[in-house]
Amino acid sequence: MNHAWTLTLFRLRLAMRNRAFLIFGIIIPLAFLFLFSAVFASKGGPAVAYVLASVLAMSVMGSFWGLSQQLVIFREQGILRRFRLAPLDAGTMLASGIFSNLILMVPGIAVEIAVARWVLHMDRVGNLLSVFVLSGLGAVTFAALGLVVASVANSMMETQVINQILWLGFLLLSGVAIPLPSLPAWLQQVALFLPATYLVTGLQRALIEYVPLQRLGGEVASLGGCAILAFFVCRQIFRWEPEEKVPRQAKLWVAAALIPFLLLGAWESSRGGRLGEARTILRSTFAERPAQQRDAAAPPPGEKR
Amino acid sequence: MSDAIVQVRDLTKSYGDVVALRGVSFEITQGEIFGLLGPNGAGKTTTIEILEGMRLADGGTATVCGLNPQSGGAEFKRTIGAVLQSTSLPDKMRVAEALSLFAQLYGRRADTGGLLGRFGLEEKRHAFYGKLSGGQKQRLAIALALVNEPQVVFLDEPTAGLDPQVRREIYDIIEELRRDKKTVLLTTHYIEEAERLCDRVAIVDHGQVIAHGTPRELKQRSAGTTRIEVSLAHAAADGDLRALEGVTDCRAVDSRYVLHSTRPPQTIVALVKHLESSQNELQSLEMAAPSLEDVFIELTGRRLRE
Repeated sequence: MNHAWTLTLFRLRLAMRNRAFLIFGIIIPLAFLFLFSAVFASKGGPAVAYVLASVLAMSVMGSFWGLSQQLVIFREQGILRRFRLAPLDAGTMLASGIFSNLILMVPGIAVEIAVARWVLHMDRVGNLLSVFVLSGLGAVTFAALGLVVASVANSMMETQVINQILWLGFLLLSGVAIPLPSLPAWLQQVALFLPATYLVTGLQRALIEYVPLQRLGGEVASLGGCAILAFFVCRQIFRWEPEEKVPRQAKLWVAAALIPFLLLGAWESSRGGRLGEARTILRSTFAERPAQQRDAAAPPPGEKR
Repeated sequence: MSDAIVQVRDLTKSYGDVVALRGVSFEITQGEIFGLLGPNGAGKTTTIEILEGMRLADGGTATVCGLNPQSGGAEFKRTIGAVLQSTSLPDKMRVAEALSLFAQLYGRRADTGGLLGRFGLEEKRHAFYGKLSGGQKQRLAIALALVNEPQVVFLDEPTAGLDPQVRREIYDIIEELRRDKKTVLLTTHYIEEAERLCDRVAIVDHGQVIAHGTPRELKQRSAGTTRIEVSLAHAAADGDLRALEGVTDCRAVDSRYVLHSTRPPQTIVALVKHLESSQNELQSLEMAAPSLEDVFIELTGRRLRE
């Protein structure tokens, strides 16, 4: 644990010296917050909270980009093999990446909430404890997924291709870019199999409906379970050397790790509650505003009235 | 019972169809600087990386201080220090930070100031790794290898790609390790490095140790002869030059001819006469006492850096 903390501090120092942290961790999410607010919540009010949930989820999901690329760079440049000589195991190396990512995400989340509240006139800040716990769990989950990608990919190019595919999937299907109820019915069912969907719906409930943590058991369990599984899998398939091959058994671990999501998706699909909640939140958010504001703001894309 | 601190027995290793090691064996005793000398691809790095625990051998055994590199765990890692051939640190990491971080990982308080002074890096204490020159990076790599005060130090081609001035600085550092009674395994393809630094040398080629001993013992193979290297305007038949007075051995290497002679003046006179009679022309001639390179040429018919 001591080593994990030592490495976490080292990674934090490196991140603070990297302009990419400021750009991707603070500036770009804020740009999206202003853009989405201008389009969907120009009059402020609860619609800002809806937009904020999407932007927070996007910031959290972005965890897997930075960490997966850093791990591949470390491996390709022979940095990992230098650390391999020290009395360290793969789990410590990976945990330090996840811890540092979690710590680095906190100021970005806080700035986004503050800007939404005081600059974009969000009327309420929701349940902050729920927001931060979900964001933290999400950051751990997506960072661990990024590490799985980095361990499976053989080069930076492969990493970027896999990341792009996952990122687009998360963005388009989870409710971040397009509200979940606006998707075709069959795609809504697909979305229930993605951990990103639980992050987005959880953040919406915490920000808009003030849902306390104890009533977010489904979201917390799915994100927490995903985080543990993803960490376990990336530890199994971690490679110190670029020329090391992923063992066949490790590939089976990746496949096995998908089973809980299939089960969770199937359960949610049969229950039907999550999609209903998403519809209720969307309707109530945009219906709460006075008539003049509702007319001025564009309806959410694709929403059938 | 052997007093060897490093023991290597019949190591074998293949990468797919490529056989890297074909039964490498040697021993290193406490406080010895042992060199693995051979051309690129000879199996030096594979051997040293098996000893560092970075690679798994297909067969044979290797122990360092009685520990198996693969199963020795943290205890093994605390026993060794290593400079890897291909490695790096993050560009935005400062020199002093690197020393301090690795010391902490070994559970030690780093004598950062002492190490920086010893390796001439005081002025670069706050410099980013990415801004260091090749020589400075290599000195830092050696400092990092010593941060845990290891019993055995592995140096894989520590001067490869460095200019002669920096190479000499690294030699001084390795000489210092000798004074500190560290046990060192060094791989190199530089003859002068092996001759100057190593107490004993194993010459490796195609995954096998083809000769071993002290540099003096190895050079004894060519004892009593002088090396005469000539280049000619036209190719000569090996047999013609071998028949010259005093010549004990003749090999064509890189379009030049390397002769070993017990009577150099007579050989040169005979060579000039032979060239005149065969209407050939002498383009250059160099004479030297035999080196480890000659031993390698004698054993393999090739130069080390081919």
